[in-house]
Amino acid sequence: MTITYPLLVNALIAGLLMGGFYAALSVGATVAFGLLDIVNIAHPTFAVIGAYAVLVLNRAFNIDPIICGLLLTPVFYGAGMLLYQVYHHFFERRGDDAMRGLAFFFGLMFIAEVALIMLFGVDFRYVHAPYITTTWNFGDIALPLRLAVPFAGSVLMLAALELFLRKTFVGRAIVAVAQDPFALRLVAVSPVRIKRIAFGIACASAALAGAFIIVIEPLQPAVGREFIGRVFAICVFGGLGSLPGTLVAAVSLGLVENLSTIFIGASWSPAVAFGLLLATLAWRPSGLFGRS
Amino acid sequence: MTNWRFLAAAAGVAAIVFGIAAWLNIDYLFFAGYVVLQYVVLASAWNILGGYTGYMNLGVSAFFALGAYTTVALETAWKLPLPATIPAAAIVAGLVGIGMGYLTLRLKGIFFAIATLALAVVTETFITNWDYVGGSAGAYLLHPKRGPWFGSYIEYLFLLMLIVATFAVVVARAVERSWLGYGFTAIRDDETAAEATGVPTLRLKLVATGLSGALMGMAGAPLPYYVSFLEPASTFNLAYAVNTIAMAMIGGTTTWLGPLIGAVLLATVQQVATVTISSEINLMVVGVLLVGFVMLAPNGIVGLLRRRPRS
Repeated sequence: MTITYPLLVNALIAGLLMGGFYAALSVGATVAFGLLDIVNIAHPTFAVIGAYAVLVLNRAFNIDPIICGLLLTPVFYGAGMLLYQVYHHFFERRGDDAMRGLAFFFGLMFIAEVALIMLFGVDFRYVHAPYITTTWNFGDIALPLRLAVPFAGSVLMLAALELFLRKTFVGRAIVAVAQDPFALRLVAVSPVRIKRIAFGIACASAALAGAFIIVIEPLQPAVGREFIGRVFAICVFGGLGSLPGTLVAAVSLGLVENLSTIFIGASWSPAVAFGLLLATLAWRPSGLFGRS
Repeated sequence: MTNWRFLAAAAGVAAIVFGIAAWLNIDYLFFAGYVVLQYVVLASAWNILGGYTGYMNLGVSAFFALGAYTTVALETAWKLPLPATIPAAAIVAGLVGIGMGYLTLRLKGIFFAIATLALAVVTETFITNWDYVGGSAGAYLLHPKRGPWFGSYIEYLFLLMLIVATFAVVVARAVERSWLGYGFTAIRDDETAAEATGVPTLRLKLVATGLSGALMGMAGAPLPYYVSFLEPASTFNLAYAVNTIAMAMIGGTTTWLGPLIGAVLLATVQQVATVTISSEINLMVVGVLLVGFVMLAPNGIVGLLRRRPRS
């Protein structure tokens, strides 16, 4: 196959846009993993739950899918706080959270997946929105809005979260809880309450990420599994808990995947991304942006 | 009980199990029993690394599938029979296990788990692109109707898996009670302290990853004949990992008995549920039990049984 200039540019654009979506999907996992030490392997599946909820809302009231995702964030926030309470009660408090906590979320993931299969079946589902089928063309260069709209949404979401973490008291407390929970107690803030809020926010982000999933591609209950590896690759590359790092890592992954698709072949692209992840873990486990 | 006596006892139990199954002579029983035994191997193997040493392997399917594809490759190349490909699968999966251990030696806990997940994806991609073993289209391995010596072929597969399962349980028990097992436990409880007191943590971890991988490979080796049609997407299914981990954790991860109990119980329930309700409900049962046990009974069934006499 000859690689023409427009093909290359279009691949780069698609990779960049997909990368933005990956960032939205990973941001909740990186907040939970990097700042709270909770490895929520079920996070992509939570996003798939969000996507199905968006589907239901969209079908019932004919609301734009991304608005649906926004409307769902408070529900996911509440569910996330509840889930954290359960996690805290059974794992964090006992002190042996790492392995069993991971098994807990692993189990939750399969419960959610089967529940979705029983509710919706295994057929691919779609939503309707005017921008899903529209592509803006600039000469040879195409900008599919199906990818561009989620990309813009993702960047906005990350920027808002970053502002929240830097400027507000609660946001700073969330960053602080990762570094020194005891110091937080000294200023009369309960680390458990802060972590509950942070985990709620992480889950709320899954609702929006879910809306992006269903805009980008047809939805199927097991689709979350495809993203687990990518999400954790991004968490590690991005240096755990750093939002700018997450965005850069996610966009890099999107670009690498798309470039390896055109240069080596689509069937090899997962190995490229995960080979990179393995190499990073082996030689620089703190990630590209982490404090080593 | 010494290891040799235990081996004799385990072989005796296996002989009785096979005797009863052969006497009943129902093909479905062999068919379902094979899966239960396969999970006995997988759970015991996972437990050597996950339970004794405290390193969570989420890439179970990678080692399992490597075993299966070793059989396909050797069948295609030299028409080797299963009794020869099972040890070969152990060698291949064991070497990959050691390689993975070597790559990820510096990683603790969660990072190790993520690395194993990545390894599974990388392995799957290689197999998908390797046309010699069928690639993404899959490979057919049709088995004869009759076994080589007696009975139906599924009875033969059942017998082979029974032997592998007995071997896996004996190895898991022997490792647990040897200096290796004590070293693994030291790593699990406090790796830094173990290192400081002279436990060769690096070499021990390589032994654990290699041994665990090799046993998983053996569990996968007969799979191509069992399913007749092998393709990457289902062979590398993440469900193998959740089933295996759930079985070991529900049974109890600190002894060889835990995975055995967990696998026999859970896999049997799954087989019954598949027939009576649906195959989706399988994963639901596993998920609910896994979540329930890690929350309420962190030491599994063995932990529940042990606590009773004391209190």
